[in-house]
Amino acid sequence: MNSKYEAVIGLEVHAQLSTKSKIFCGCSTKFGSNPNSNVCPICLGHPGVLPVLNKKVVEYAALMGFATNCKIRERSIFARKNYFYPDSPKGWQTSQFDEPICENGFLDVTTSDGVEHHLNITRIHMEEDAGKSIHDKGSETLVDLNRTGVPLIEIVSEPDMRSAEEAYLYLTKLKQILTYLNICDGNMEEGSLRCDANVSIRLKNETSLGTKTEVKNMNSFKNVEKAINVEIARQIEIVEDGGRIIQQTLLWDADLEDVFPMRSKEESHDYRYFPEPDLMPIVINENWRNEIAENLPELPEVRKNRFISEFKLPEYDAEILTSNRPLADYYEKVITVTRDYKSASNWIMGEVLKVLKEDKIEITDFPLSAENLGKLIELINNNTISGQIAKDIFPEILKTNEDPSKIVREKNLVQITDTSKLEGIISTIISSNQAQVQQYLSGKDSVIGFFVGQVMKASQGKANPKVVNELLKKKLIEQK
Amino acid sequence: MLQYKNHLEKLAKLKVKEISLIENVQTFLDKIELNKDLNAFNFVFEDALEQAKIVEEKIFNGTYGKLAGMVIAIKDVLAIKDKPLTCSSKILENFNSVYTATAIQKLIDEDAIIIGKTNCDEFAMGSSNENSAFGKVLNPIDKTRVPGGSSGGSAVAVAANLCDVSLGTDTGGSIRQPASFCGIFGLKPTYGRVSRYGLTAFASSFDTIGPFANNVEDIALILSVLSGKDEFDSTSKEIDIPNFLELLNEKNKIKIGIPQEFFGEGLNEEIKNIIQKKIDFLSQNEKIEFVDIHLPHNQYSIATYYILTTAEASANLQRYDGVRYGVRDKNQNELDEMYTQTRSNGFGKEVKRRIMLGTYVLSSGYYDAYYTKAQKVRRLIQEDFQNAFKKVDVILTPTSPFTAFKIGEKLSNPLEMYLSDIYTTSANLAGIPGISIPVGNDSNGLPIGLQLLANQFNEALLLQTAKKLIHKINE
Repeated sequence: MNSKYEAVIGLEVHAQLSTKSKIFCGCSTKFGSNPNSNVCPICLGHPGVLPVLNKKVVEYAALMGFATNCKIRERSIFARKNYFYPDSPKGWQTSQFDEPICENGFLDVTTSDGVEHHLNITRIHMEEDAGKSIHDKGSETLVDLNRTGVPLIEIVSEPDMRSAEEAYLYLTKLKQILTYLNICDGNMEEGSLRCDANVSIRLKNETSLGTKTEVKNMNSFKNVEKAINVEIARQIEIVEDGGRIIQQTLLWDADLEDVFPMRSKEESHDYRYFPEPDLMPIVINENWRNEIAENLPELPEVRKNRFISEFKLPEYDAEILTSNRPLADYYEKVITVTRDYKSASNWIMGEVLKVLKEDKIEITDFPLSAENLGKLIELINNNTISGQIAKDIFPEILKTNEDPSKIVREKNLVQITDTSKLEGIISTIISSNQAQVQQYLSGKDSVIGFFVGQVMKASQGKANPKVVNELLKKKLIEQK
Repeated sequence: MLQYKNHLEKLAKLKVKEISLIENVQTFLDKIELNKDLNAFNFVFEDALEQAKIVEEKIFNGTYGKLAGMVIAIKDVLAIKDKPLTCSSKILENFNSVYTATAIQKLIDEDAIIIGKTNCDEFAMGSSNENSAFGKVLNPIDKTRVPGGSSGGSAVAVAANLCDVSLGTDTGGSIRQPASFCGIFGLKPTYGRVSRYGLTAFASSFDTIGPFANNVEDIALILSVLSGKDEFDSTSKEIDIPNFLELLNEKNKIKIGIPQEFFGEGLNEEIKNIIQKKIDFLSQNEKIEFVDIHLPHNQYSIATYYILTTAEASANLQRYDGVRYGVRDKNQNELDEMYTQTRSNGFGKEVKRRIMLGTYVLSSGYYDAYYTKAQKVRRLIQEDFQNAFKKVDVILTPTSPFTAFKIGEKLSNPLEMYLSDIYTTSANLAGIPGISIPVGNDSNGLPIGLQLLANQFNEALLLQTAKKLIHKINE
């Protein structure tokens, strides 16, 4: 970025809440159903219908408020946001305008330069999703109203971000919290998490804000970062060329990696907000507030710190293990079986994450139970098998999710720690490798590795490496 | 004339087969046909006869509901599954509802017989029933005059004996004013007493459903059926439902307030004198006490009412866009043009006037000056009533400043038309119940209505008072 300028960025994030039914009617929120099958007179906006608020939506929104340090309003109200569009059956979106459920929160993020940024959240409000208009089927527009009335929360930040990286980290953290709370699946590709960015630039010592543009249509975290960078560069170029930024809405094109203005006709709205007369104000009294707060799980930050202090894990490990809730849960289940916290961490961060990445699956779909992984680690720690054997049989227990001790027994893989058995093998190897013995005796200590390898090979990996090492040294000295 | 004076009597006669329900329904159907020129009905349900057979059977079996055999007409803004729901608008002329309003379902569950849907002002907007895509409704007392509105068809259906009772809706006087013009009883319940689910919204925070009848007893009976919290209407209230019918005959002393603001300029002198005479006559009764009261903010009620109801209506009517149901202008290729033409052709003049007014008052830059201010005045009007009800049990006013006017008389002057509701809108602004009762005729033989108002959820006292006054006046 041209060092004369700094960017000012605010994000508006829409998160689809994972309630079973819609916000104002009993219809299912299931994704991928046949078009217009999850609908009823209420979400279709038939004459005479009335909304009834789904209590879960309030609880989810308040949970998000708690998790992002917001103030939860005791009384909040819904409003009608009026506009005409075919996928908006009532002609308005029921949303919140004045008096949203949560206000004045914040999140802290740390950028790669190690600097912590305090990012304020203006508000979180509840609203309903619109349906989907499908324009690419011939000349007609098709409308699917399954999504109409699916609950959303909109999380609006202050314009506190100064770089695309901060925006990316903020968004990542929001997703992490949403999934920790289990209130949104955080999937940007499927649209259950959506992000619009307000971007402006100004000279570095300037305090007033420049003219902003709104960038929409980013369908991945990486695209949010890219789009913001592209927009910042575009604005700087305009200003450098003596031009002026026009306030407008831009659409990100992920293929062309560029932003394009939306038709201005579509953005000149006067939404004529007014309080929704069909819904009573939402009053969260102290009892309800406490009930909701009790359901607040341990949040990623807190859990990470606990992993560091309680399990003595390096920060790096703790960060990765707590990056999502099911993974952290998996880890905590493993360590109920083995007390070797660090080995458990190594196994998950190594073998487990490798499989997840290769097979493109989530930890919740990982075939090996936490219990069996814990048992496997225990087998190494109590010298039943070596680490190498454990790695060798890992693919097999992954397939079967069988008790690893059973496999070890069946395949006769129990480690040989019996010195008398090992002494025999060692003597044979020493006598048939005299050249290497001489090298060792002449001071080349590293040759010991060769002998260990030979012994392991001869024992089909079952020899206990530590015992082999000790015995070898003793026997080789005797050759002098 | 009917062979019974109220539903209880009808039911008793049905039980001993003094009346045949099928014949009774057939007679109503014949009368509707005979009085087609009144244009009270948008749709007549011939299947009412089959329903009559079923209900008669139930009556003989002893397994019947509270309204068994009551023949009811429904204002065509209320939803009945698989029946037309047009709101007397061209934009919904082809629309059938896919579900039934809670209020209607309650009637059906008590074995009432629905005989048809009545004409009204388009989307319940109007005071004369001249704003209907199905044509104007005539007042049966003088066919050159309007029946009042917006529930004109429902009022006429009862006044002309085309059914036993009817349901209307009241957003600013749409039950009470036509009841007054047609010389019958019409009740607007407390906001929240009767579920609005299935009532096509005009102004959501004002709309109520209520009955028309020839007698207070039927009003009380049907109200007890309609009342109650509905899980489909968040604004309906969980509150005890008294047995209104039984409570009608309570003989408490009643203190009645006369708001001076309702008897000033604009009130027809003849109406004023007749009501004054009734008051003088009633004051002789030691159980009725009249006191003067003030409702100082009533002078703002019409302005407040038209700002707030049009604001809500402008949003409520956005759903009629030609996209999913109703009539669509098919000649347009562009979306905006389709919206514009569909709505320009589909809505009548008065509806469009109110949509534009409502859109204007909600527009950015005007919102605070109109909408916010009107909300504040609404609160003041509510407070006026709260203060008044600390002093009196019931408030008595004229229902309308004039009797039924000539067809076409006020059509070209909307402001004058709006003044029809000068005494009725404040009850909707305050959410309180009100009833219009017939107390006499003017020199043209046109009925005069007297409006009684009570505090929120105090319909029992309201109906009791109505019964007592009517009884004394008719003595």
